[in-house]
Amino acid sequence: MTMLIWLELQKMFRKWRTYIGFIAIGFLAIVVQVALYFTGAKMIDFQMRGIEQSFVMVGNLFNGYFIARFILMALIIHIPFLIVIVGGDLLSGEATAGTYRMLLTRPASRFQVVTAKFIAGWISVLLLLIWLMFLSLIVSLLLFGSGPLLSFQGMKLVIIAQNDILWRFLCAYLFALISMSTVISISIFFSSFVQNAIGPIAATMAVIIIFLILSAIPVDFFQTIKPYLFTNHMSQWDGFFSDPVDYGEIFHSMWYLLAHIVVIYGITTYIFIKKDILS
Amino acid sequence: MIRTTLTPFIRLNHQTIGVILNSEQVIEVRGLTKKFGTLTAVNNLDLNVYSGDVFGFLGPNGAGKSTTIRMLLSLIKPTSGEMKIFGKSITKDRKEIFSKIGAIVEKPDFYLYLSAYKNLEILGKLSGADTSKKKIMEMLSLVGLEKRYKSKVKTYSHGMKQRLGLAQALLHDPELIILDEPTTGLDPQGMKEIRDLIIYLSREKGKTIFLSSHILHEVELIATRMIIISKGTTQVEGTVEELLKGEKVVVTFEVDKIEEAMRTVNESRWKEDFKSTSKSEINFELTKNEIALLNKYLIEKGILVSAVVPVRSLEDYFLRITEGGTK
Repeated sequence: MTMLIWLELQKMFRKWRTYIGFIAIGFLAIVVQVALYFTGAKMIDFQMRGIEQSFVMVGNLFNGYFIARFILMALIIHIPFLIVIVGGDLLSGEATAGTYRMLLTRPASRFQVVTAKFIAGWISVLLLLIWLMFLSLIVSLLLFGSGPLLSFQGMKLVIIAQNDILWRFLCAYLFALISMSTVISISIFFSSFVQNAIGPIAATMAVIIIFLILSAIPVDFFQTIKPYLFTNHMSQWDGFFSDPVDYGEIFHSMWYLLAHIVVIYGITTYIFIKKDILS
Repeated sequence: MIRTTLTPFIRLNHQTIGVILNSEQVIEVRGLTKKFGTLTAVNNLDLNVYSGDVFGFLGPNGAGKSTTIRMLLSLIKPTSGEMKIFGKSITKDRKEIFSKIGAIVEKPDFYLYLSAYKNLEILGKLSGADTSKKKIMEMLSLVGLEKRYKSKVKTYSHGMKQRLGLAQALLHDPELIILDEPTTGLDPQGMKEIRDLIIYLSREKGKTIFLSSHILHEVELIATRMIIISKGTTQVEGTVEELLKGEKVVVTFEVDKIEEAMRTVNESRWKEDFKSTSKSEINFELTKNEIALLNKYLIEKGILVSAVVPVRSLEDYFLRITEGGTK
């Protein structure tokens, strides 16, 4: 199995489309950092304008942590669109190329093949998030220095002490890994039906967009179903920047997303094992 | 390169190989049926391939050849029937069976964005092959692609992909090689090289070859046993020798004295087998055994026979079988 996963990763990272996400995140993170470097201080002043006369703020509030969270909030909602480019091609790419015939006439079972593809997909998500973490957190800390984290939660302002921040970021990235793994799993699921990567990419994007729109419509019916939509749970990573952290809600969302991954993986595997390879 | 490697075997043909006596059954298919909705692609097919066979799998387009091969390789699930390879069930003993099979199914497709070398490395590892550089280069040399090993497969011609397909099928030294139209897209020289390679693998390496082909002449030259299917059903199965034994073949005799030869023929029992004549050629319809007898007769009568050319054999037989004639 390890060899199968390794071979899948080799195939994946020899395709240029795999690097689209890395290039896009690299470009956007750097653009945001440069923009904030020149204008970010004004943004902090603007956010603090109502309270600066009541409180004395000491220390560097416009720091790497603030930038990292800003980038995370700006990009995390768009990362699914970069992830599906890879996930949508994982199975359908083999059908398009006709390589199913080569791949599935080997000693490895279909269960092993599809499992290796899922794991390779999840690893690609992990690598993308490590890249995001490097650019948003590590580079920001190097450029802007460290300090306490200013976090606005509705009408509430939370200032998290410098020595209490790093673990929150790590947990947030871990949660994002689960969220994004759900997205790539859905794209692999759609990928198992077709012989072209465009279909699964479009279908996964459509599902995310439709669910986000339904969640945003202020109608009772949609608000009732909102808790059951996985997109509603994907943004729980931000819960780690609350004080106190609502672990109950975070774990509820985490289990909900993990259940999605397991069920989608199970259905995809079943379909793939039963499928006649006619390409 | 491939020509150099295979030179000692170039003169081989199915007659020199003869019929290999076998006992071990490599492929056993009983009552295999595949339905796609209302369409029955393969209908109650039986098939037996023995160790050391070069097994010709013949049938017109749409006869169910590719569907059968895909079922044998577990790419599609049969509707009913039983298949055993090396005496074992494909579903239960997949790992063991597939480590001993090399295959090309229809046209060989590869990861176009990877080099030939990388493709072989990946596919070889999946089959548990020795994927050392030496072994991969050896295999690429065998099929004449060693100079293009770094090139991405997307730059390869169809013929080159076909050769690479053979290399991937042979890399893990399989006991059973399933080849679906292996010479499609090759030039005559390439087709001959592949034929020689198949004969070499069978004769010298003891491999069992399951060969599906549209090119009847190709099958006739290299197959030891064959099956003809039509509309998903077995029409005939047996050794090539057996099946063609009673078949009349149109044979052209090139002779030096045409008028004297014609007079001699008309005075003999060969008159009944006479078909037509031209400037220096006489055409007969003969069984394979009769060809040698007529040749001997003409020489004894002082007529010099410079060539004996069989015009048709398996092709006629195939058409008769698949067009619904008598078996």
